[in-house]
Amino acid sequence: MCLGIPGEVLEIDGQEARADFRGAEKWVRIDVVGDDLSVGDYVLNHAGFAIRKIPEEQVERTVELYEQAATGGEPG
Amino acid sequence: MTGALEFRDPDRAGRLVDRLEALVADTGPLRVMHVCGSHEEAIAEFGLRSVLPEGLTVAMGPGCPVCVTDLPEVDEAVALAKAGHTVATYGDMVRVPGTESSLADASAAGANVRTVYSAGEAVDLAEELDREVVFFATGFETTAAPTATVLREGPPSNFSVLSAHKYVPPAMDVVAGHPDTRVDGFLAAGHAATITGTDPFEGVVERHDLPVVVGGFEPLDVLLGLVRLVEDVRDGTATVTNAYPRCVSDAGNPAAQAALWEVFERVPGEWRGIAEVPDATLRIREAYAGYDARRRFDIETPDDDRTTDCICGEIMAGRAGPEDCPLFGEECTPQNPVGACMVSDEGPCRITREYGGRR
Amino acid sequence: MTASDLDTGGGADDGEVVTAAHGAGTDRTRELLDRVVADRFGDAPDGGVGLAAMDDGAVIPDATGATVVTTDSHVVTPVEFPGGDIGRLAACGTVNDLAAMGATDPVALTSAVVIEAGMPVATVDRVLESMAAACEAAGCTVRSGDTKVMGSGEVDGLVLTTTGVGRIERGTQLTAGGLSPGDRLLVTGPVGDHGIALLAAREGFDFETPLESDVRPVNGLVAAAREAGTVTAATDPTRGGLANAVNEMATAGGVGVRVDRRSVPVDDATAGAAEVLGLDPLTVACEGRMVLAVEESDATAVRNRLRAEPGGERTAIVGRAVADHPGDVVLDTGLGERYLTVPSGEQRPRIC
Repeated sequence: MCLGIPGEVLEIDGQEARADFRGAEKWVRIDVVGDDLSVGDYVLNHAGFAIRKIPEEQVERTVELYEQAATGGEPG
Repeated sequence: MTGALEFRDPDRAGRLVDRLEALVADTGPLRVMHVCGSHEEAIAEFGLRSVLPEGLTVAMGPGCPVCVTDLPEVDEAVALAKAGHTVATYGDMVRVPGTESSLADASAAGANVRTVYSAGEAVDLAEELDREVVFFATGFETTAAPTATVLREGPPSNFSVLSAHKYVPPAMDVVAGHPDTRVDGFLAAGHAATITGTDPFEGVVERHDLPVVVGGFEPLDVLLGLVRLVEDVRDGTATVTNAYPRCVSDAGNPAAQAALWEVFERVPGEWRGIAEVPDATLRIREAYAGYDARRRFDIETPDDDRTTDCICGEIMAGRAGPEDCPLFGEECTPQNPVGACMVSDEGPCRITREYGGRR
Repeated sequence: MTASDLDTGGGADDGEVVTAAHGAGTDRTRELLDRVVADRFGDAPDGGVGLAAMDDGAVIPDATGATVVTTDSHVVTPVEFPGGDIGRLAACGTVNDLAAMGATDPVALTSAVVIEAGMPVATVDRVLESMAAACEAAGCTVRSGDTKVMGSGEVDGLVLTTTGVGRIERGTQLTAGGLSPGDRLLVTGPVGDHGIALLAAREGFDFETPLESDVRPVNGLVAAAREAGTVTAATDPTRGGLANAVNEMATAGGVGVRVDRRSVPVDDATAGAAEVLGLDPLTVACEGRMVLAVEESDATAVRNRLRAEPGGERTAIVGRAVADHPGDVVLDTGLGERYLTVPSGEQRPRIC
């Protein structure tokens, strides 16, 4: 369940943000994103609502996790 | 960020698969279960089952909210549409058969059924139209949070919600506890966990002594989740692991949770195929009763007369696969679905039929 | 609830109704057409191509050559959409169907239009002007037509039916099934633009970036391809998209097809919108593309030639015909394999 797609915040207007999904831009609601948002942040969009801010540093962390799992290292 | 090579890199995927092969050589055959239609969709879309090791069975449990929406709930929506109200719902639900018909059938016969992408659009519709607009709200906790958000805003008085929302963790309990179910561990749904955090899975781990790994939806996320899960099975470790930290934290999203539990409460209810699941149906609280379609309308539905060989229930509970069903591909096809598992884009039967389960 | 309680359970006289799913260009469409149309009108007695082939058009040989004719009804909402309108759609659709049969120099189109009372005359005017412009770009004209008006609510906006006629030398037609194992499959540009743009526009999904239809005539591309190498099969990926087109070729040709997902061109904005809506760009309509099967040794030359043509700049080799699994299309995703099947109904956005 739960199609969730990351998009980059381009503009914020009250409880809405214009997010860019690989070139397709859409306004999404940010009422329950659970974090402060700035232009340039990435958010996870589900059914027109941002449900999470995705911190940039977590993307790198994710790649580390993939590497550890592939080599049999313990998660740090 | 989506589709960034990092999350779909074929080389890295190959190495994760190699790791899985090595792990499964250690553990012997094992069966893990995911509880998320989007996980099934990701696995099928990228053809992951064609590369997973032979001994690793990844079964789908009750994770397709469309599929577990029981007939009476669909019947309520259809009844409201036939009574002349505008019913707005997500695309996934429109073709799901009820006892007598689906919303699509009702629409073909002249009822007003509108597909919306977002709860906000359903409210916009109510603002535009003079008549009653009922939002047939399906989905798990991830989707219930947006529904809660629009209700808290005080939508127009001609707007109401027919809630079919459900909450997943108790269903994992029921499935794990069922004597016929064999599962060595769970891959939990990352986007639901984005809302709830990983805490709800602690109970499943304790009660059933099984590992739970919370996984994301890019193909590498799925492979990562499976590696961690198989490692836990190998080591006999029964814990909750977060393999999707970019979206999931232990405590989850507090703003979304606040909205969710202000509007909804958990009550017992029937999930298609699993029959009664305690505390896993989301009902609109008294404070928001004014927007509850079940309290606003007098809804008459046909008698629930299930004389069919459809085994959606067994499939949803992870006890059978699509090919075990006598109707699969014969009477029950995507064009002529009998059960919800064939209608929903995330239904296991539909996915097996469309992607072919190629190994 | 049994299967027969649902629609289309059996023969044509059991209260079965035609539903929107029949119109979506999917296997349900095919099933209806087989029963109601093809069985009735049968095959071509003259060595040409007839209705039973369910190809893009018919081929009627005679003493001096062969006539290619095709007809199509166009119903689209909204009537005017980003990138085009129903007039342009109709003209290009017909020109492209002729081209898919090998008739790349269309002679003439006819146009029959049924208008819902209440439609602004200015809209009809724009749409027909657009049709005329598309014909001119394709090198033909509208030579005959008909106009009817129905009451408000009796028809939805505008129904436009076009018939196209072309001439070819005897025996030079292209069919959907002419490919053989080893042939390469090419698509002339990014897929999914039309379907995604229209769904977004129709459902009011409010994408800020105007997603545009790819609607255009591609007869010039087919002609160029045939000059550059041996084209063995062709079909345009309209309803049901690339997935439907390659499946048609596999079924008609009795061959298997393998498609390499990573080679299939998809525009970023289309991909992003599709992802948000939960749709696969490979399964939604294109209205300005052609899928061609080309002999292996000519594939690169044809690709390069098309890339030098307007409208073909992103032509890509996306797959090949194989002897294995005849009738089935296997998609290599880069991380694994799966079947690419004919979409089984209207594509609806999903949230789960």
